[in-house]
Amino acid sequence: MLKISNLHASVEDKKILKGIDLQVNAGEVHAIMGPNGSGKSTLAQVLAGRDAYEVTEGSVEFLGQDLLEMAPEERAREGLFLAFQYPVEIPGVSNAYFLRSAVNAVRKHRGEPELDAIQFGKYIREKMKLLDLDPSLLNRSVNEGFSGGEKKRNEIFHMAVMEPKLCVLDETDSGLDIDALKIVADGVNALRSPDRGILVVTHYQRLLNYIVPDFVHVLVDGRIVKSGDKNLALELEEKGYGWLEAEAAARA
Amino acid sequence: MSNEILEQFANREYKWGFVSDVESESLPPGLNEEVVRIISEKKGEPEWMLEWRLRALRHLARMQEPTWHNVRYAPVDLQSIVYYSAPKRRPKLNSLEEADPELLRTFEKLGIPLEEQKILAGVAVDAVFDSVSVATTFKEKLASLGIVFCSMSEAIREHPDLVRQYLGSVVPYSDNYYATLNSAVFSDGSFVYVPKGVRCPMELSTYFRINAENTGQFERTLIVADEGAYVSYLEGCTAPMRDENQLHAAVVELVALDGATIKYSTVQNWYPGDKDGNGGIYNFVTKRGRAMRDAKITWTQVETGSAITWKYPSVILQGDNSVGEFYSVALTANRQQADTGTKMVHIGKNTKSTIVSKGISAGFGQNTYRGLVRVNPGADYARNYSQCDSMLMGDKCGAHTFPYIDVRNPTAIVEHEASTSKIGEDQIFYCNQRGISTEDAVNMIVSGFCKEVFRELPMEFAVEAQRLLGVSLEGSVG
Repeated sequence: MLKISNLHASVEDKKILKGIDLQVNAGEVHAIMGPNGSGKSTLAQVLAGRDAYEVTEGSVEFLGQDLLEMAPEERAREGLFLAFQYPVEIPGVSNAYFLRSAVNAVRKHRGEPELDAIQFGKYIREKMKLLDLDPSLLNRSVNEGFSGGEKKRNEIFHMAVMEPKLCVLDETDSGLDIDALKIVADGVNALRSPDRGILVVTHYQRLLNYIVPDFVHVLVDGRIVKSGDKNLALELEEKGYGWLEAEAAARA
Repeated sequence: MSNEILEQFANREYKWGFVSDVESESLPPGLNEEVVRIISEKKGEPEWMLEWRLRALRHLARMQEPTWHNVRYAPVDLQSIVYYSAPKRRPKLNSLEEADPELLRTFEKLGIPLEEQKILAGVAVDAVFDSVSVATTFKEKLASLGIVFCSMSEAIREHPDLVRQYLGSVVPYSDNYYATLNSAVFSDGSFVYVPKGVRCPMELSTYFRINAENTGQFERTLIVADEGAYVSYLEGCTAPMRDENQLHAAVVELVALDGATIKYSTVQNWYPGDKDGNGGIYNFVTKRGRAMRDAKITWTQVETGSAITWKYPSVILQGDNSVGEFYSVALTANRQQADTGTKMVHIGKNTKSTIVSKGISAGFGQNTYRGLVRVNPGADYARNYSQCDSMLMGDKCGAHTFPYIDVRNPTAIVEHEASTSKIGEDQIFYCNQRGISTEDAVNMIVSGFCKEVFRELPMEFAVEAQRLLGVSLEGSVG
């Protein structure tokens, strides 16, 4: 589904990603872990097409297409979803209106008829049940005045509504208390499916207690220095990132 | 990315810039007593009207062009302006078939609902083309309720007592430079009278359009809502593209007698000039209403056009318990400048005013909110709430706020809130990541920002206003 090869990216001439190789197949959950400044969030942003980052080398294939050639909205319409670390507020635009525009942009792209307000209302209510959300969320402006936890839940809600093929979660656990973390994790787990890939970017292992990954990769200084299964996350929890950083430094 | 988008947004094209090939009859440029006499004569006005115009003209000679506003332009030469222009084949009222077909096509292009079938839409239109009102629809239906809705010229002939009583009662001929100019040379405009206790059953609407070259447009509109009456009025404006600047100096007076309500909504889309600031309309307008006891006046404006906009729709809250409201969206892109806001003058007791102003600046646009809230000594328990929000798109535009608050009564409560935000790359990227195109994203963000104002517009015009912002952005991004 997603094949990243030798990906290099920089921001304002500062090299951040220094050769990433990663393959995510449908049905798999991958976790990217790493210390602050290792390039985790950059990877998520580059995949989504944020143009503050310049890709200097390498390639990314998504569902057989050259992802890097696509505009951010095309990537989204093809089924790539990014749950933001810091969701943006859009005052005066209701969540429901925003999501209907989003869903219809995707449907149009696929050549499907757009949903009218009534059809969309029915569709979205089903999705809300899935996440046990307060219906007032629909009429509130996108993320405006939301608490940190509400914003993150709203991201997962968007994800459920968009039905993406590949979900990228950028530090979705940051700033969440344990209850909110569980709710978010339940939402993500509900979206696990054999035809969907999930890439979880996180600093802490605790999220992975609830979203159990098939693969764990450790990113240090712009490179994946170690890959393993869920036990690698537990090992990191115990030992921290220091030993991997030292190893990486020794190799460099 | 965002800079590119914003530049493209700033370079949005004007889609109403066609010129109609309508034969017109015009006076040579210049302003003097002779011109004023000819205008008055052409309109078959009574002596008192001519006298009023001439008093204004004489007063104008003693006045100076104002320079206190926060906009920049070369001084306006009043002698280079044509003060009267009318389509040659002048249609009789209520017989549209006789109108120049080109003229009708122009109105069609503007989407003005002139045909009777549009009665279903509930819109009555008084269309002003250059200086003459060419058609007034639904007049008969309104007449059955005693409502007068006609051109100002006709009102002066047919309802001289009403006009004489109220014309200049809110904006006197000596009010300010451009209002005085208007008083001397006003060409046409609309007149509305709603009798006691009558609720006007449809939205009344005027469409103004400047077509002829070098023509100034000086409409004069007067709306009188008698005791307990209700009327909602909308004006929309466009003008063709011209390289030179054109002056539009209108005056609108609203009189809301005891218990009356007047809602006045404007969607202004005059030609803004090209991206380098050549051409465009100078929109120097005086709008003011007087609210008597328990009366309410609401101004709602969406200002997207004009090279320069200079207007302060105001309310004199004269009667006890009267209410004044001002809701405004002003968009300045390219080299457009706007200095707009309101004045709320509290005279009566328990008077209330609300001001919501949304300024959007893009490109090199300069957007100024200027507002006065004044509470007179006798205005016990007056209340005002003001909210001024500015949105910046890009880093070459400007937003300025000049709130004047003058309170002379200790029981008054006056609140003022202001904010400035920047339409961010972050917001646009967030929308993109949900599959929404950049153009739709900008539309959505701008509409959201203006929501509090749009919801004050009559339903169908809210849609039009939103579409106008949308069409203005169309093809400008991506």
